[in-house]
Amino acid sequence: MAFLTDRKRATGMGSAKSGTEHHWHMMVSSVALCGLIPLFVFTYGYALGMSYEDAAAYYARPFPAIVGILTLLVGFVHFKGGVQTLIEDYAHGFARKALIIGSICLSYAAAAAGVFAIVRIAL
Amino acid sequence: MADVNRGNRPLSPHLSIYRPQITSITSIFTRLTGNALIVAALLTVWWFAALASGPEAYARANGFMTSWFGDLIMFGSVACLWYHTLAGIRHLIWDSGHFLDIESSERMGQIIILVSVLLTIFTVIVL
Repeated sequence: MAFLTDRKRATGMGSAKSGTEHHWHMMVSSVALCGLIPLFVFTYGYALGMSYEDAAAYYARPFPAIVGILTLLVGFVHFKGGVQTLIEDYAHGFARKALIIGSICLSYAAAAAGVFAIVRIAL
Repeated sequence: MADVNRGNRPLSPHLSIYRPQITSITSIFTRLTGNALIVAALLTVWWFAALASGPEAYARANGFMTSWFGDLIMFGSVACLWYHTLAGIRHLIWDSGHFLDIESSERMGQIIILVSVLLTIFTVIVL
Protein backbone atom coordinates (compact mmCIF):
# COMPACT_ATOMS: atom_id res chain seq x y z
CA MET A 1 0.00 0.00 0.00
CA ALA A 2 2.72 2.43 0.96
CA PHE A 3 4.11 2.26 -2.56
CA LEU A 4 0.93 3.63 -4.14
CA THR A 5 1.31 7.23 -5.23
CA ASP A 6 -1.41 9.82 -4.62
CA ARG A 7 -2.03 9.99 -8.36
CA LYS A 8 -2.45 6.21 -8.64
CA ARG A 9 -4.92 6.15 -5.77
CA ALA A 10 -6.99 8.97 -7.26
CA THR A 11 -7.08 7.80 -10.89
CA GLY A 12 -10.53 6.63 -11.88
CA MET A 13 -12.06 7.55 -8.52
CA GLY A 14 -13.19 11.05 -9.41
CA SER A 15 -16.40 12.34 -10.86
CA ALA A 16 -14.85 13.46 -14.13
CA LYS A 17 -16.20 10.57 -16.19
CA SER A 18 -19.90 10.32 -16.93
CA GLY A 19 -20.53 12.81 -14.12
CA THR A 20 -19.43 15.81 -16.15
CA GLU A 21 -21.73 14.74 -18.98
CA HIS A 22 -24.62 14.40 -16.52
CA HIS A 23 -23.91 17.83 -15.07
CA TRP A 24 -23.69 19.38 -18.54
CA HIS A 25 -27.10 17.92 -19.49
CA MET A 26 -28.62 19.30 -16.28
CA MET A 27 -27.14 22.73 -17.08
CA VAL A 28 -28.46 22.74 -20.65
CA SER A 29 -31.95 21.61 -19.64
CA SER A 30 -32.08 24.11 -16.75
CA VAL A 31 -31.12 26.99 -19.05
CA ALA A 32 -33.87 25.92 -21.46
CA LEU A 33 -36.36 25.65 -18.60
CA CYS A 34 -35.50 29.19 -17.40
CA GLY A 35 -37.25 30.41 -20.53
CA LEU A 36 -39.90 27.70 -20.82
CA ILE A 37 -41.20 27.64 -17.24
CA PRO A 38 -42.51 31.23 -17.08
CA LEU A 39 -44.12 30.79 -20.52
CA PHE A 40 -45.67 27.47 -19.51
CA VAL A 41 -46.94 28.65 -16.10
CA PHE A 42 -48.88 31.52 -17.64
CA THR A 43 -50.20 29.64 -20.72
CA TYR A 44 -51.13 26.41 -18.94
CA GLY A 45 -52.32 28.26 -15.85
CA TYR A 46 -54.51 30.39 -18.12
CA ALA A 47 -56.09 27.31 -19.74
CA LEU A 48 -56.53 25.35 -16.50
CA GLY A 49 -60.16 25.55 -15.41
CA MET A 50 -61.49 26.58 -18.84
CA SER A 51 -64.48 24.78 -20.36
CA TYR A 52 -63.65 21.78 -22.57
CA GLU A 53 -64.27 23.69 -25.82
CA ASP A 54 -62.22 26.72 -24.75
CA ALA A 55 -59.29 24.64 -23.47
CA ALA A 56 -59.26 22.50 -26.66
CA ALA A 57 -59.37 25.64 -28.83
CA TYR A 58 -56.62 27.29 -26.78
CA TYR A 59 -54.28 24.31 -27.10
CA ALA A 60 -55.02 24.07 -30.83
CA ARG A 61 -53.06 27.33 -31.15
CA PRO A 62 -49.37 26.91 -32.03
CA PHE A 63 -47.77 28.98 -29.27
CA PRO A 64 -49.35 27.36 -26.18
CA ALA A 65 -49.03 23.92 -27.80
CA ILE A 66 -45.34 24.28 -28.67
CA VAL A 67 -44.52 25.74 -25.24
CA GLY A 68 -46.40 22.83 -23.64
CA ILE A 69 -44.62 20.18 -25.74
CA LEU A 70 -41.17 21.66 -25.11
CA THR A 71 -41.78 22.14 -21.38
CA LEU A 72 -42.97 18.56 -20.90
CA LEU A 73 -40.09 17.13 -22.96
CA VAL A 74 -37.30 19.19 -21.40
CA GLY A 75 -38.94 19.11 -17.96
CA PHE A 76 -39.15 15.32 -17.79
CA VAL A 77 -35.60 14.92 -19.14
CA HIS A 78 -34.45 17.37 -16.42
CA PHE A 79 -36.45 15.40 -13.82
CA LYS A 80 -34.87 12.15 -15.02
CA GLY A 81 -31.39 13.55 -14.35
CA GLY A 82 -32.32 15.21 -11.05
CA VAL A 83 -34.12 12.25 -9.52
CA GLN A 84 -31.22 9.98 -10.55
CA THR A 85 -28.88 12.10 -8.39
CA LEU A 86 -31.37 11.84 -5.51
CA ILE A 87 -31.59 8.05 -5.86
CA GLU A 88 -27.81 7.68 -6.11
CA ASP A 89 -27.41 9.59 -2.83
CA TYR A 90 -29.87 7.57 -0.77
CA ALA A 91 -30.41 4.13 -2.36
CA HIS A 92 -27.82 1.41 -2.80
CA GLY A 93 -27.35 -1.88 -4.63
CA PHE A 94 -30.34 -3.42 -6.39
CA ALA A 95 -32.78 -0.79 -5.08
CA ARG A 96 -30.67 1.93 -6.68
CA LYS A 97 -30.68 0.24 -10.09
CA ALA A 98 -34.39 -0.56 -9.93
CA LEU A 99 -35.35 2.98 -8.89
CA ILE A 100 -33.16 4.61 -11.56
CA ILE A 101 -34.54 2.37 -14.31
CA GLY A 102 -38.08 2.96 -13.02
CA SER A 103 -37.67 6.74 -12.90
CA ILE A 104 -36.20 6.83 -16.42
CA CYS A 105 -39.12 4.77 -17.74
CA LEU A 106 -41.62 6.99 -15.89
CA SER A 107 -40.00 10.17 -17.25
CA TYR A 108 -40.08 9.06 -20.89
CA ALA A 109 -43.57 7.55 -20.57
CA ALA A 110 -45.00 10.72 -19.02
CA ALA A 111 -43.26 12.94 -21.58
CA ALA A 112 -44.52 10.79 -24.46
CA ALA A 113 -48.08 10.72 -23.09
CA GLY A 114 -48.11 14.49 -22.60
CA VAL A 115 -46.63 15.27 -26.02
CA PHE A 116 -48.99 12.82 -27.74
CA ALA A 117 -51.96 14.42 -25.98
CA ILE A 118 -50.99 17.96 -26.98
CA VAL A 119 -50.32 16.92 -30.59
CA ARG A 120 -53.73 15.21 -30.68
CA ILE A 121 -55.46 18.31 -29.28
CA ALA A 122 -53.65 20.62 -31.67
CA LEU A 123 -54.14 18.60 -34.88
CA MET B 1 2.96 10.35 1.87
CA ALA B 2 -0.26 8.97 0.53
CA ASP B 3 -0.98 6.62 3.42
CA VAL B 4 -0.61 9.13 6.20
CA ASN B 5 -3.78 9.92 8.14
CA ARG B 6 -6.28 7.51 6.66
CA GLY B 7 -9.47 7.30 8.70
CA ASN B 8 -8.85 10.38 10.81
CA ARG B 9 -9.94 12.99 8.29
CA PRO B 10 -12.82 15.44 8.67
CA LEU B 11 -16.19 13.84 8.01
CA SER B 12 -18.78 15.03 5.54
CA PRO B 13 -21.29 17.31 7.25
CA HIS B 14 -24.22 14.89 7.66
CA LEU B 15 -27.64 16.50 7.98
CA SER B 16 -28.31 15.16 11.48
CA ILE B 17 -25.22 16.64 13.13
CA TYR B 18 -24.91 19.86 11.17
CA ARG B 19 -26.36 23.15 12.41
CA PRO B 20 -29.00 24.38 9.92
CA GLN B 21 -27.81 27.38 7.92
CA ILE B 22 -29.32 29.36 5.08
CA THR B 23 -26.91 27.69 2.63
CA SER B 24 -27.74 24.13 3.71
CA ILE B 25 -31.48 24.77 4.06
CA THR B 26 -31.75 26.36 0.60
CA SER B 27 -29.77 23.44 -0.85
CA ILE B 28 -32.04 20.84 0.78
CA PHE B 29 -35.13 22.71 -0.43
CA THR B 30 -33.74 22.82 -3.98
CA ARG B 31 -33.73 19.02 -4.05
CA LEU B 32 -37.04 18.71 -2.21
CA THR B 33 -38.94 21.16 -4.43
CA GLY B 34 -37.48 19.77 -7.66
CA ASN B 35 -38.48 16.21 -6.91
CA ALA B 36 -41.86 17.19 -5.42
CA LEU B 37 -42.75 18.73 -8.78
CA ILE B 38 -43.26 15.21 -10.19
CA VAL B 39 -46.77 15.31 -8.62
CA ALA B 40 -47.82 18.44 -10.52
CA ALA B 41 -46.03 17.19 -13.66
CA LEU B 42 -47.99 13.92 -13.69
CA LEU B 43 -51.26 15.77 -12.94
CA THR B 44 -50.48 18.07 -15.87
CA VAL B 45 -49.94 15.08 -18.18
CA TRP B 46 -53.25 13.66 -16.91
CA TRP B 47 -54.99 16.98 -17.67
CA PHE B 48 -53.58 17.07 -21.24
CA ALA B 49 -54.44 13.40 -21.82
CA ALA B 50 -57.98 14.06 -20.59
CA LEU B 51 -58.33 17.12 -22.82
CA ALA B 52 -57.24 14.95 -25.77
CA SER B 53 -59.69 12.15 -24.92
CA GLY B 54 -62.95 14.08 -24.69
CA PRO B 55 -65.37 16.14 -22.58
CA GLU B 56 -66.11 13.50 -19.88
CA ALA B 57 -62.46 12.72 -19.18
CA TYR B 58 -61.69 16.45 -19.24
CA ALA B 59 -64.48 17.21 -16.76
CA ARG B 60 -62.98 14.66 -14.37
CA ALA B 61 -59.38 15.89 -14.64
CA ASN B 62 -60.23 19.59 -14.73
CA GLY B 63 -62.72 19.11 -11.88
CA PHE B 64 -60.03 17.57 -9.70
CA MET B 65 -57.42 20.19 -10.63
CA THR B 66 -59.79 23.05 -9.76
CA SER B 67 -61.15 21.46 -6.55
CA TRP B 68 -59.81 22.77 -3.23
CA PHE B 69 -57.40 19.82 -3.04
CA GLY B 70 -56.21 20.33 -6.63
CA ASP B 71 -55.83 24.05 -5.95
CA LEU B 72 -53.76 23.27 -2.86
CA ILE B 73 -51.45 20.97 -4.88
CA MET B 74 -51.10 23.50 -7.69
CA PHE B 75 -50.45 26.37 -5.25
CA GLY B 76 -47.71 24.37 -3.52
CA SER B 77 -46.31 23.33 -6.88
CA VAL B 78 -46.15 26.90 -8.18
CA ALA B 79 -44.21 27.86 -5.04
CA CYS B 80 -41.90 24.84 -5.56
CA LEU B 81 -41.50 25.68 -9.23
CA TRP B 82 -40.46 29.31 -8.67
CA TYR B 83 -38.16 28.37 -5.82
CA HIS B 84 -36.53 25.56 -7.80
CA THR B 85 -36.16 27.79 -10.87
CA LEU B 86 -34.42 30.53 -8.86
CA ALA B 87 -32.26 28.01 -7.02
CA GLY B 88 -31.32 26.53 -10.40
CA ILE B 89 -30.32 29.98 -11.65
CA ARG B 90 -28.19 30.31 -8.51
CA HIS B 91 -26.49 27.03 -9.46
CA LEU B 92 -25.86 28.33 -12.99
CA ILE B 93 -24.28 31.47 -11.48
CA TRP B 94 -22.14 29.31 -9.19
CA ASP B 95 -21.14 27.11 -12.12
CA SER B 96 -19.85 30.19 -13.93
CA GLY B 97 -17.50 30.70 -10.97
CA HIS B 98 -19.18 33.74 -9.44
CA PHE B 99 -20.51 34.47 -5.92
CA LEU B 100 -19.01 31.30 -4.45
CA ASP B 101 -17.96 32.88 -1.14
CA ILE B 102 -20.09 32.26 1.97
CA GLU B 103 -21.42 35.80 2.26
CA SER B 104 -22.65 35.95 -1.36
CA SER B 105 -24.10 32.44 -1.13
CA GLU B 106 -26.08 33.38 1.98
CA ARG B 107 -27.25 36.61 0.37
CA MET B 108 -28.36 34.76 -2.77
CA GLY B 109 -30.17 32.22 -0.54
CA GLN B 110 -32.16 35.01 1.10
CA ILE B 111 -32.90 36.53 -2.30
CA ILE B 112 -34.25 33.32 -3.85
CA ILE B 113 -36.54 32.72 -0.85
CA LEU B 114 -37.89 36.27 -1.01
CA VAL B 115 -38.28 36.37 -4.81
CA SER B 116 -39.93 32.92 -4.94
CA VAL B 117 -42.52 34.09 -2.38
CA LEU B 118 -43.15 37.26 -4.42
CA LEU B 119 -43.41 35.33 -7.70
CA THR B 120 -45.82 32.85 -6.09
CA ILE B 121 -48.06 35.69 -4.86
CA PHE B 122 -47.84 37.32 -8.31
CA THR B 123 -48.80 34.06 -10.05
CA VAL B 124 -51.75 33.47 -7.73
CA ILE B 125 -53.00 37.03 -8.36
CA VAL B 126 -52.57 36.84 -12.16
CA LEU B 127 -54.05 33.36 -12.64
